[in-house]
Amino acid sequence: MEAAPGITAAIDSVAREDRGRLLAALMAALQDFQLAEDALQDALEAALVHWPRGIPTDPRAWLLRVARRKAIDRIRKAGRWRDRAEDLAALAAADQVAASEPPPEIPDERLRLIFTCCHPALEPKSRVALTLRMLGGLTTGEIAAAFLDREETMGQRLSRAKRKIAKAGIPFVVPAPEDWSQRLNSVLTVIYLIFNEGYRASSGGKLVRVDLCDEAIWLARMLDGLVPDDAEVEGLLSLMLTTHARRSARLDDAGAMVALDDQDRGLWDRGMLAEGLELLDRALARRAPGPFQIKAAISALHGQADSPETTDWRQLVLLYDALLAHEATAVVRLNRAVALAEAGGLAACLRALDAIRVELEDYQPYHAARADLLARSGQWAAAQDAYRMAIALSRSGQERRFLQRRMNGLSK
Amino acid sequence: MQYIALIYGDPDLTPKHGTPEAEEMMKGYFMANEVYKRDGVFIAGEPLQGVETATSLRIRSGKTETMDGPFAETKERLGGFYIFDCDDLDAALRYAALIPGAKYGTVEVRPILQLG
Repeated sequence: MEAAPGITAAIDSVAREDRGRLLAALMAALQDFQLAEDALQDALEAALVHWPRGIPTDPRAWLLRVARRKAIDRIRKAGRWRDRAEDLAALAAADQVAASEPPPEIPDERLRLIFTCCHPALEPKSRVALTLRMLGGLTTGEIAAAFLDREETMGQRLSRAKRKIAKAGIPFVVPAPEDWSQRLNSVLTVIYLIFNEGYRASSGGKLVRVDLCDEAIWLARMLDGLVPDDAEVEGLLSLMLTTHARRSARLDDAGAMVALDDQDRGLWDRGMLAEGLELLDRALARRAPGPFQIKAAISALHGQADSPETTDWRQLVLLYDALLAHEATAVVRLNRAVALAEAGGLAACLRALDAIRVELEDYQPYHAARADLLARSGQWAAAQDAYRMAIALSRSGQERRFLQRRMNGLSK
Repeated sequence: MQYIALIYGDPDLTPKHGTPEAEEMMKGYFMANEVYKRDGVFIAGEPLQGVETATSLRIRSGKTETMDGPFAETKERLGGFYIFDCDDLDAALRYAALIPGAKYGTVEVRPILQLG
């Protein structure tokens, strides 16, 4: 049977918008990712058959009720009902409650879901993929496309992660207070990884339906709703908004990247920037400092300046120092060195860059920044070599065009 | 669920017997054991003799071959283990983090496959 387009659209919309909420509710009862996903899939297929006769008044409650019954069927069919008697009883009880009119509001279990998807016992890339699949409602194909992976490879990654959750006993819970801050940081890091993947446009200039930046911002807004009044959650959201506000100015008409210093600041999204700055003020007022608030403050300082010349580079150096206390990484040291050069310490900056070279030998932005700074200090030949290194390491055409143009502009 | 915590370490990096660091480490193990027993999660836990005492064997074509040494020659060696009975991986990781060996080497936590 061919469902009418309106019905398919209605189902797609629920599948996308409410997937996280429905899966989380099913997980709370089943404690089994694969079963929860399969049961929801069964329910969506049942909707294709039933909804043409009339879309239910509460589509979400309908799907949850059907998914619960499908889960019961699946447990029975698999002959696992003996060791899952308790789960079956709980599902049946939930089904009774749901049948009452009006059906009760579905409890929001998405916080448990995101903590499980971002569990540190999973590989970082799997955390990202699971979060996009379970909470973002992206298909395996969409996630694979965004990360330039084959759909099959991404599917295997997701299955592996779900198997580990089940077999290793990764719990479907909000972490204990003693683990809270570390685990929350893991969730925030996953969302920021998603944002960065979208920001670097590593999809090689290919247009994909899903914008990972929007996806990450959506996830952070959801998290901000689930964990209100948390300074680091607000910090992350602020960081992404103030960064994303500059998106229209990042590429020129030919699709080449434009450096922050050369961007037309009139193209920045002022509304988004203002929201980001306001969030940062709110976060800082909570007096619970953390790395995402510091990164947000760095992004905000750029966002508030009218030009590179009026940017407060000394303040930026101090912020990077503060960030080093949380993340003593070579990348943070690189950013600090660049800010130091802008603040007038070009020679000290080049020395700092030499000190971290071994660690960042394969990091494209390192060579790009070094090339830029060598050119400024008049070391043309060395600058040219550094640009060549950066171009060789670059993953996207936009970036390569940008670096090539900079290199061609040398010694003129 | 039951979990095994396998304690790996490089003997060169582990405190030598008789040093204050070694004494500190022993105190750490003592305290960890107290917590495991208090919380009722302790099933077993023992240190092992060094790898120089290890013997490996395999059966090929019905014949037993015996070899001197551990399964794999690595810098970090299996030095001991614990078995915990606790709710989930979060709890197992919390108990494993009390093992002093984690400061000098690596503790691998794996669920035990329950048969039947």
